[in-house]
Amino acid sequence: MNLDELYQEVILDHYKRPRGAGLREPFEGESHQVNPTCGDEITLRVHVEGDKVADVSYENVGCSISKASASVLYELVKDTTVDDALARLAEFTALMNSKGQSEGDEETLEDAVAFAGVSKYPMRVKCALLGWMAFKDALVRAEASIPGRTDA
Amino acid sequence: MEPASKLDVETIRADFPILQRMIGDKPLAYLDSAATSQKPVQVVEAMRHFTEQSNANISRSVHTLGSEATEAYEGARAKIAAFIGAPSPDEVVFTKNSTEAINLVAYAFQNAAFDPGADPRLKLGPGDEIVVTEMEHHANLIPWQQLAHRTGATLKWIGITDHGRLDLESVPEVITERCKIVSFTHVANLLGTVNPTSQITARAREVGALVGLDASQSVPHIPVDVTELGVDFIAFTGHKMLGPTGIGVLWAKADLLDAMPPFLTGGSMIKTVTMERTTFADAPAKFEAGTPPIAEAVGLAAAVDYLDKLGMANIRAHEKELAGYMLEQLETVDGLTVIGPRVPIGRSATVSFTFEGVHPHDVGQILDAEGIAVRVGHHCAKPTCDRFGVNATTRASGYVYNTHEEIDRLVEALGQVRKVFG
Repeated sequence: MNLDELYQEVILDHYKRPRGAGLREPFEGESHQVNPTCGDEITLRVHVEGDKVADVSYENVGCSISKASASVLYELVKDTTVDDALARLAEFTALMNSKGQSEGDEETLEDAVAFAGVSKYPMRVKCALLGWMAFKDALVRAEASIPGRTDA
Repeated sequence: MEPASKLDVETIRADFPILQRMIGDKPLAYLDSAATSQKPVQVVEAMRHFTEQSNANISRSVHTLGSEATEAYEGARAKIAAFIGAPSPDEVVFTKNSTEAINLVAYAFQNAAFDPGADPRLKLGPGDEIVVTEMEHHANLIPWQQLAHRTGATLKWIGITDHGRLDLESVPEVITERCKIVSFTHVANLLGTVNPTSQITARAREVGALVGLDASQSVPHIPVDVTELGVDFIAFTGHKMLGPTGIGVLWAKADLLDAMPPFLTGGSMIKTVTMERTTFADAPAKFEAGTPPIAEAVGLAAAVDYLDKLGMANIRAHEKELAGYMLEQLETVDGLTVIGPRVPIGRSATVSFTFEGVHPHDVGQILDAEGIAVRVGHHCAKPTCDRFGVNATTRASGYVYNTHEEIDRLVEALGQVRKVFG
């Protein structure tokens, strides 16, 4: 078992110095997600301006994988369009479900490709996806709360 | 050098082929027996032999195999009754696991609520109280919590001290004249606390309440005699005591089993059946609807034979010594905090801890890379975690086959954790 593959420098760095952590106003959608097997939790807020993800803010308790993943998520989707954010979500989810068969596209996923190794550890995939599930849910709630947006 | 154990651990280990397994290039150190124990060849062989030679359904066939199977199944019941000091094998009900055994009792109360003729001991309603403790596994919390919600009764609990013991001073206050049932853990699965039972059972008797034990973590590890304990029921499970998964046990006093309405209904639990109504068989058959886990009962009987041969008092002594060594060694690790009693008195060889700044999932992952299997998470005891202000813990638990060397490897690997996350 190669631990370096799982705990890449990039992941440990995001874990020790999480980007964008803390809950902020304003926000249109908020989601609370729990991993019932380990008790990890995240509360994540999304602030949408027009078709842009203007901010993602969060508070979480959990392991290095789940915390680093939320930090990477923040960097990837903040200030992108909602459509691009959803594309990253789909791409990251696919990478996590790849069972070690995919390396991920560094062009689009940037630091998140460091999580490719996690996909070989079925028990940890849920950790990596917790923040992304919260993001997806918060985005749906945000879209629902914005009048005139029904395409999401 | 290891101090003399009452168990010949090396000989025991030879009976468990899985302990020879390599995890990557590291030998397995299995420190997760509180979750499930490993099975000796004797158990596997007994089940294989039964399945290959005597497999048949029980209680309904006159053919040779049917009678052999029935004999094996009922023989297992008698063996388990003797193992826990039960006055009669008819007081032993086979279930799927501890969870089902406890639900069986909780649902007896619930079903009694609909029956005007039910035994008054089982009648629950608003104003009545159910008492558990704050250190329960969810299996002995949620069935009672849900029963309280459905009947309007109130759920109360005995708290935990900072040292990880039950707050026994509060017992007279928590268990009142309104209490109908007290169900508490004998040995706590997260904290490792071995609870003294006499004060709680005496108080339950005083107020006329039924009293039961979740014995999932005690029957595998310490001598348990239900007559001595003076309780009305206990629940335990096969897979934590060297037996197979899929079989558990409810022991209850005969008069209580007689009074309890059945939980699951269907085949094998009846006396007479018409399209309109059914009369039920006597216990234990009344509580064993459907084809039971027959090969598993055979396996559990073999596990009991194995434990009997080692001697439960010897097992207890071995684990007490192991607990002492584990606590002593873990306390030397920088940043490690034991959650639960820190002395090996009134304690099992199950030790939970937190590691400053490192999440238990990460601890468990790095230990796994060293071949060390521990449990991480909330251990189905979220209220206990909340009580100690933690989200999760890492838990190492020992059994008959564990050695000091494995504890040493655990401690050394924790240093590795510090290196990665330091």
